[in-house]
Order: sequence, then C-alpha cells, then structure tokens
Amino acid sequence: MIGSVIVYGLVSSAVLALTAMGFSLTFGISGVANFAYGAFYILSGFLVWMLLNYLKFPFVLAIVVTIGVVGVLGFVTYWTILLRVRGVALSEVIATFALGVGILELFRWLGFVTYEFTIPTFVKGMVVIAGVPLDYQRLFIIGIASALVLFLYFFTHYTRIGLAMRGIAQNERTAISLGIESDITAALSLALGSAMASVAAIVILPLGIISINTGYEVLLIAVAVGIVGGLESVPGILVASLILGYAQVITGTYFKSEWMAVVYLAAIVLVLAIKPSGLFGKFKELEERV
Amino acid sequence: MAMRYRKERLDRGIKVRCDDVFALSSYREALYLALPRLLPVAILLIFPLLKGVVGLYYEKALVITCAISLLALSWDLMASVGLLSLGQALFFGAGAYIAGYLNYAFKLSPVVTIPLGTLGGALFCTFLLLPVLRLRGVYFAIITLTLPLLLSRFIDTTKILGGGEGISGLSPLPNIWFELYVAIVAMLVCLFGFRRLINADYGLVLQGIRDNDRAVMGGAINIYRFKAQAVFIAGLAGSFAGAFMTHYYQFVGMPAFAMDYSILPLTAAVLGGPGTFAGATIGAFILVPLSEALRGFGTLRVVFYSAILIVCVVGLPEGIFHYMRRKYHQFERIREID
Amino acid sequence: MEERSILEVENLTKWFGGVAAILQVSFSLQKGELLGVVGPNGSGKTTLVNLLTGFVKPSSGKVMYQGRDITGQRPYKIAALGMARTFQMTKPFYQLSAFKNLIIPLYSSRVKRLRGGNYGNRDDVAIDLLEDVGFERDSFVPYKVASSLPHGYLKRLELARCLALRPDLLILDELFSGMSMSEVAGTLPVIERLNEEGLSIIMVEHRLKELFRVAHRVMVLNFGAKVVDGSPREVMDSEAVKTAYLGSEAED
Repeated sequence: MIGSVIVYGLVSSAVLALTAMGFSLTFGISGVANFAYGAFYILSGFLVWMLLNYLKFPFVLAIVVTIGVVGVLGFVTYWTILLRVRGVALSEVIATFALGVGILELFRWLGFVTYEFTIPTFVKGMVVIAGVPLDYQRLFIIGIASALVLFLYFFTHYTRIGLAMRGIAQNERTAISLGIESDITAALSLALGSAMASVAAIVILPLGIISINTGYEVLLIAVAVGIVGGLESVPGILVASLILGYAQVITGTYFKSEWMAVVYLAAIVLVLAIKPSGLFGKFKELEERV
Repeated sequence: MAMRYRKERLDRGIKVRCDDVFALSSYREALYLALPRLLPVAILLIFPLLKGVVGLYYEKALVITCAISLLALSWDLMASVGLLSLGQALFFGAGAYIAGYLNYAFKLSPVVTIPLGTLGGALFCTFLLLPVLRLRGVYFAIITLTLPLLLSRFIDTTKILGGGEGISGLSPLPNIWFELYVAIVAMLVCLFGFRRLINADYGLVLQGIRDNDRAVMGGAINIYRFKAQAVFIAGLAGSFAGAFMTHYYQFVGMPAFAMDYSILPLTAAVLGGPGTFAGATIGAFILVPLSEALRGFGTLRVVFYSAILIVCVVGLPEGIFHYMRRKYHQFERIREID
Repeated sequence: MEERSILEVENLTKWFGGVAAILQVSFSLQKGELLGVVGPNGSGKTTLVNLLTGFVKPSSGKVMYQGRDITGQRPYKIAALGMARTFQMTKPFYQLSAFKNLIIPLYSSRVKRLRGGNYGNRDDVAIDLLEDVGFERDSFVPYKVASSLPHGYLKRLELARCLALRPDLLILDELFSGMSMSEVAGTLPVIERLNEEGLSIIMVEHRLKELFRVAHRVMVLNFGAKVVDGSPREVMDSEAVKTAYLGSEAED
C-alpha cells in the first residue's frame, strides 16, 4: 500500500508539474496571462488524433507537427490578440479566456466527445518497482517532467531569452530600456508555453481518453501549482507538484476519491491564508503591485 | 490648394442647456434627460400586458433575459471594484440550490424560498470568495472559473441535493403576472440601484479600489471589507436570478452551475460596455433573444459568444452603450480648415 | 519622555532576496518634529517609507507609533491610526475630478470618527482642502479631471489626499520632485505651517536646500543604512555625508 502511494504519488506529481510548466512560463515568468492554455492542451491531443487518423501520419511526425503548430498558435495568439490589449489585465484575461472557451466548445460541437478519441502511448509494457506495477508510459512521464523542469530552470536563469522573459515580468519599462524587445519576448514566451502544453498533452493524454472538460481543469492545476509554489519560481513548481501530487494520491487512497478535486482548492486557500506569495515566491506577492 | 476637412464632435445644443441643471427651462429638456430612462422602463412594464398579442414564446424569452441581465449586472458591479469574475454561475447555482432545497425539503412557498435563496446564496458565495479577495485580478478570475465546476462535480459525486439528476417537481410561481413582473422589476431595481450606488461616494471608493488600491489603502480604507461588500451585493442579484429561475423551471440540478450562466452575462456586459450597468442590460437584451433564436446550433452558440467577446475586447472595449450615449449627446460635422 | 516621541524605529531591516534594502535602521521622531530623510538614489528611502506605512513587511525590527507596535500591520490600519503618506509616483484617480479624488480618504472610518459622525458635505470639505494646499479656489482647477492636471498640481493633490485623513504623522516621499521653483516656493510654507500647528512630518527629499530650511533634524541613508542623524548643520558638515553624495547636488 505504502509502496504504491509513493510510486503513484510520484507519477501524479510529474503529471502536475508537466501540466503546470507551460502556464508558469508564460504567466509566472513573463507576466502574460494565457487562459487559452487548457484549450491548447486539449487541442494538441485532438490534433495528434486527427493527424494519425485522418492523414495517417506516422506517430513521430504527428507529434512533432502538433508541437510545432501549437507553438506557432501561441505566438500568433499574442501577435493578433494580446498585442492590442496588453497591459489591461481585464481584457487580456477575457480575450484569452474567450479564445480558450471558443476552441474547447468548438470541439464539443464538432462531436469530439466519444470514447474513440485516444492517442497512443509511446511505449507499451510495464515494469515492477518495489512491488508496484508501473507501466512504461507513466515512467516516461516522470522522465520527461524531470527533464523539462531542469530545462526550464536553466533556460530562465542562464539563457539570454529566458532572462529576458523574466525581465519583462518584473519591470517591463526597464526591460525595454535595456533593449529587450518586450513584444517579441512575450510572444515567444507564449509560444514556448503553448508548446510545453502540447508536450504535456501528448505524454499524459494517452493515459485515458481526451475529455474536453479537462481543458478547464488544466487551468486550475496550473494555477494551483503556481500559487502553492510561488509563481515565478521553477523550484516552486517542483515542490508544489510534489506536495499536491502526493496530497491527491493520499486523498484518493485513504479517503474518498471524490474529494481529490477539492485538494487543489484547499491548497490554494491554505497558501493564501498563510503565505500568499507561495512557498518559493520572493518578489511578486500576489497582493502587492510595485 | 486642396480643401482640407476635419471632423468635429460637438455636444448637442439641448445637452449643453441641460448640463446647467439649476433649472430645466422647458419640457423638451426634461424629456431629453428623462426619455432614455423612462422609455425602456415603460416598454418593459407594458410588454407583459401584450401577452395575448405577442405570444408565450416572447414572454418566456423576456424572463430569461431578465435573469441573464441580473447576472450581467452583478458581473458589472464586481468588475467595477476590480474583481473579474469568470464564474457568475456560482451565484446563480447557489441561489438556485438553496431555494430549490428549501422548497423540496420544507415545502416552503416560492414567496419565501426566493428571498431566502437570494440572501443565502449571496452569503454563501461571499464566504467562499473571502479568502481569494486579496488576489490579483487574474488569480481571482481563475478561482471563479473553477468554483462552479468544482461545486457541480462535488454535487454529482456525493449525490447530495439530488446529485446528477437534480431535484424536480418543485413548486411553480403563483401566476404569469408574478413571473413576468417580478423578474422585470427586480432587474430594473438592480439596474438603477447599481447605477445610483456607483455614482455615490460609496461607488467612488469602489472604483478607487479598482484603479489604484494602494492609494485607497493609504486613505485608511479597508479595501477587503469593501470588496466583500461588493461581492455580497452582486451576489444578491445573481442568487436572486438563480432562485427565481429554479421556480420558473420547477427544477434545479447541475446545469445551474453551467458555463452558460458565466459566459453569457460576461459577454453581455462586455458587449454593452463594462462599468456602465446600462450596457450590461442592453447587451443581455441583444444576446439572449439572439441565443434563443439560435437554439438549433447547440454548443456552437458558445463559440459565437467567444468570438463576440474577442472582437469586443480588442476592437470595441468601451462597449455599445458608450457609443449610443455619445450619439445621443453629441453630433458630428465636417468643417473646412482654412 | 515616552509620550513625546510619536515614532520609534528599532533595528528595522528588509531583505529583498540577497540585497539589504534597509539595514538595521533606528531612529525616533518627537511630536511636532520635522525630520528630513536624504540619501543618494537607491539608498532605501522609499523602502523605509513603505516599511513604516505597512506597504512592505520588514524582515526584522520594530516600529512603534504613538506607543503601539505597528510592525507589519496592514497599510490601511496604519493610515487609520493617523500616519499618512504620499506616493513618489503619483497615481491619482485619473478619471475623477481633482476634488473627487479626496472623497476616498474622507470616506474612511477614521475621518468619520474624528469628525464625530455627520460633518456635512464631503464635496465642500474636499474643496476646502484643495484650497489649503494651494489650488486656486474660484477657478475651475479643482473641478478638472485629474488626468488633465499638470504634475505640480498632482503632487499637491497627493498632499491634500493625506491631509484629508487628518493625520498625526505625515510622511512625504519626494513631494517636491518634478515641481517647478515657484510651485515649491508655494508649497513649502504650507508644510511649514502644518508643522508649526503640531503635525509631525517626515520628509524624504532630494532638494536639500529647501529641506534644510525647514527640517529640525536630518537623517542620511546610504545603501540602506543610517549614516548620520542630526541637525541640518551637523549633517552638512559631516564627512561621511560628503562621501556618500560624492559628486551630487550636496554642493548647495
């Protein structure tokens, strides 16, 4: 029992981390709100499915194309919509939210709601760890999640573009005066974040069917991880995912599984009551605006 | 030497005369000011009397429009204090379930359950949102988005309050006049009430919190208390809509927390113009009949609302109402420049 | 002895990540005193103001106001106790007219309490306040929308917003920055008068000449730490200050 909790907790944490990373990149690190994030996640799943089933693409090609397309979609979203409403938080949220809802409900109307919508796993087979059966796909998820967390950390701390992204979140004017092209950087962060959503979707969605309502839940996960961990902090994502992942699995194993969704909300409220900037958040307290 | 022109916008003569409101010197001026307010009210109050002529379908549409109007007004009030809500359905569902449950379990009449549902729903939602009031707009928005989803899932899995099937067979409203007039009057009360509120000193504080909350805090005002009050008042409007519609449909269930009750009011308010309240109502009166007419398209309507939202937010952020008001007060002409 | 000091600050420290914005700063302010706070850019003056007024929570240290411990309290609670501050970057309520900007502090519970409940029209009180800070009474200026006012007026509006609160301690964060010579000459007597009437004032300033004329004491900050604290004369003669300000306008 304990063994399975530990192993599945790890899987759960990896899923959460993967899911939240793209959103954290764009919002926590670059300050650009992308409420269409969940929609891009689900869109990636359906896109892979369509490429596989309608165009008969080979699997690898399908995922590469999807990641690319969604990344470009993120960039275009910024350039066409967000560019015009940048800075007015209300409009940013509404615009991307509307986009997200539009995409998701479009799929629902087109009928993408039955059991046939699944995408294949990367590898088949399982392995037994400490008496716990674990399929390779879940192992793969843990691997990809860890790799991406490391990548994100190095990217935002050591590369020019990554640092630029952090710069525009903290003080846009200063960043611009230092020659950082705020708009291109923001668009790139949106593109990168969307691409990460895509990667997460491709790796996680094979575990079940593609359900449109997941599109809305993804946002909640991303925000929960962000708030608990501290929005601009990559270590924060890591720790928050672990905490929430294990909390989820423990609740599901030892209590009723219905309460799992409440875990997110409870965590958010708890963090806000005790330390609003999150576990690792330093500068950006949620209430304060400098 | 080409003639050069420029477009000029000037206040209409009658508006200029009215602005000095020490004395309205003619009935015409009084009418100019009063007409935009009286005419819609008059139409709304008379409309139900035409029941025989117009048909039941339109009466039904009117009730639903009023309900969505109330939700749009409640959204607008929250937006006026800086709280962006993507989940008005929360208020609607809370009011709906409280009224429905009271009617089902205690057999209380709608005349009792509706006020109780309104008050209870508003209190419940205010307490629920209390810890997140201090959040920046974006985080608050996401929480409001997910709360209705969470609540409806909670009800579904724990099977309380009727679970997935809901509670049906609830008492209907007394008679058709009650249905129509209570809805209309409630909406008008909120519309004019909220407008009054936002223009009074209390409303200035609310707008101040939206624009510059640090300065307001520096002015020794507890901004969280005011935010909570705004949520409560907005909640009254939203929960009333829910409680009322529960008895109109004689049913309450998970659809009370549906996204439609969040997106439609939001679209209506943004279309009409955020912050104007009248705009929210106008937006509702445009969108709801349209949505009823497009019933055949099912979920595609939501896609349609999303498109409208994006267009409005990007291209027409001030909304329709500002445009209408400008047209009413000002005229344009082309002048030659020498 | 305790009763005469309105503000006691002990070892106030604030870390932002690895940087100490304020390091072990201690000082006290007597009732009716005007304390000037000066220092080169980045010395932590605004952070100090934020720490005193509750907009930033200190990492360690204590702030005692009128005998009670207000360390880390919420800004509106501190303001309600009578400590008002101006903001360096004026952010008035742009869409409102100038006098309407003052409605908000006039709406606070503190003012309600002080004026014993009903005190008449807030609008009238607002116009009076604006006149006190130098807005011409019979002109249209108080009624103009804040976004159309020039910078000097906005600064005075900030001051009026503080006075609306009937503070016991007024903290001015670079009030004179961006004001023209004549505007400063018009506003300085207002501050002097307020101080003579008993208002304790802390003035963070760059314009040393004007400050040294009105201040009873001056405190110099550099890199977040207190360098010197004494009368204007002492500060001007201090070697440490000259070093800190190397090359800047202390030549005045």
